Amino acid sequence: MDKILEVKNLKLYYHTSKGVVKALDDVTFDLYKGETLGLVGESGCGKTTTGTALLRMPTAPGRYDGGQILIDGRDIIPLPEKEVRKNVRWEEVAMVFQGAMNCLTPVYTIGKQMLETLQEHRDMEKEQAEELIREYLGLVGLPGEVMKRYPHELSGGMKQRVVIATALFLKPKFVILDEPTTALDVIVQAQIINLLKKLKKTFDLSFIFITHDLALEAEVADRICVMYAGKIAELGTNAQIFGKQGPMHPYTEKLLAATPRLHRKVESLSFIPGTPPDLIDPPKGCRFNPRCHKVMDRCYVEEPPLKEVEPGHMVACWRLEK
Amino acid sequence: MSENKNPEVLLKVENLKKHFTPHMGLAASLGKARKVIKAVDGITFDIKKGEIFALIGESGSGKTTTGKLVMKLIEPTSGTMVFDGEDVTSIAKKQLEAYRRKVQMIFQDPYASMNPRFKIRDVLEEPLSIHRIEGDRARHDEMIVKALEEVKITPPEEFMTRFPHMLSGGQRQRVATARTLILNPKMLVADEPVSMIDLSTRAEILHMMKDVQRDLGLTYLYITHDLSTARYFADRIAVMYLGRIVEMGPADMIIDKPLHPYTKALIDAVPEPESGKVDVIKELPISGEIPSPANIPAGCRFHTRCPYATDECKTLPEPELEDIGGGHMHACRRWKEI
Repeated sequence: MDKILEVKNLKLYYHTSKGVVKALDDVTFDLYKGETLGLVGESGCGKTTTGTALLRMPTAPGRYDGGQILIDGRDIIPLPEKEVRKNVRWEEVAMVFQGAMNCLTPVYTIGKQMLETLQEHRDMEKEQAEELIREYLGLVGLPGEVMKRYPHELSGGMKQRVVIATALFLKPKFVILDEPTTALDVIVQAQIINLLKKLKKTFDLSFIFITHDLALEAEVADRICVMYAGKIAELGTNAQIFGKQGPMHPYTEKLLAATPRLHRKVESLSFIPGTPPDLIDPPKGCRFNPRCHKVMDRCYVEEPPLKEVEPGHMVACWRLEK
Repeated sequence: MSENKNPEVLLKVENLKKHFTPHMGLAASLGKARKVIKAVDGITFDIKKGEIFALIGESGSGKTTTGKLVMKLIEPTSGTMVFDGEDVTSIAKKQLEAYRRKVQMIFQDPYASMNPRFKIRDVLEEPLSIHRIEGDRARHDEMIVKALEEVKITPPEEFMTRFPHMLSGGQRQRVATARTLILNPKMLVADEPVSMIDLSTRAEILHMMKDVQRDLGLTYLYITHDLSTARYFADRIAVMYLGRIVEMGPADMIIDKPLHPYTKALIDAVPEPESGKVDVIKELPISGEIPSPANIPAGCRFHTRCPYATDECKTLPEPELEDIGGGHMHACRRWKEI
């Protein structure tokens, strides 16, 4: 498989008046063509920060403090903003932001809003552009007449489809989806998930799928990257994380145990006590140590490195050191 | 008017309806008839003392409107509501205050439901002053400490001096629960109390709510779209679709042996954390989205999305809830065949 994205030792820090928030600290992962990579973790673990970092638009006061983002071998971090606008953002990487469906402007029709994106990037006659928009609306399962509609005339699921179509029509190399189904009802959520699977298969698309819900990652992601406090805790294939053996990092174990299962009656649901740490002053040693149920002395002293424990399965935990 | 004779039942709702008539511009109102939005369209259920009753449905199913009706934040169009043996369908303002002391609400958004300039102590004292609960500052402090201890906010004295922004989402929802408990209510209406809380701590809040319910013998109306937490949390579940209850019964029965095609579809759509599903397109028994409550389909209101709908379902009057034993009720005329 072709590697289309390589993230190497990425560091993204927020320089605030209270101190430096290490939002992403030494994050390394790849994305292959035709693959969905799931990014999962609690709020404040760096999932969305990773997304905006890959778009080369970190939220202020965030700053790249090291590392590389290679798209087809080219590092996009040192590129001038003009080049990024012209040839990277939306051309190579597109993102569906969290709550993007609520960001459609209420005063323009869907067609006009989609046309704007298209004409910004492509020299196209209006008829030709509209033809293309109609085609992409069709791909996401919407009739062409949606072009003439205003956002308030569409349901949540339809708006989400519009946003996905807009992310796709410049044919980016990969699309980042940030909680694309969180605001939707279960049935509509399942419809959107099916749509993403179909698009991926038909066009050999690559996705980065961000969510806090492990059950959803089990549905869509070929590989899952579990983030905790700005670092990768575990990265493995769908079968490695959700299969018989189960995850290896205590954080993933806890996260999975806290995911409610409809068809398994339990006396009590489990949860992870405490909250993710303050990233200005994270705990010494392993950042998960205050909440870990399998903590050892070494965890308070040294930070565990992300190590390959079996082919394709990386875990950052001292317990796995033999 | 039906009086509640059964001492076991705390809240009895009968054929309750809430129809909204939207405001229209002059031109529009001259042109066509007003469209009535039937948010809640004839629901009947009762909640027993000490029970957790869950209302489940998609957006637009009328579950939140039902919660508001129970809270008496809005007036019903028709139907009756009997609480603790007393008809509360239309009560005077004075009685309303007493009613609200008995029925309290936990809101969805723990961030928006607290005044950011109030310290936690003030947040909790507000219901005491609104309801003119007697006592000096020391007596009030005592009550506040007790309520905070109830929801395991420790040490309570320290938290009382903090502002809401200094608390995590989970802690805020605990404080919100303490605020409802301070008036010694009989029933709590909780509308999506954990949907804005991280998955990892959701269970913690539900445990706390369940403990409080057991300790104080409370009754809950739990409103949610999340079947998984409802199964764990609730004793009984009612599934709503377009303003009607389509299935109701003990939580395990509803999840393990659903009868109505809509309940089945909801259950099938829930993702489970298991491997081997990435390349599989999930079979969804129903397509499309919930129709507008301003335009409810004739016959069985689910027929437009139902894979089993026949001509009968489209033309005959809507099926009523039918009990098949064990308190399991459904409103589908083809339940035996499907």
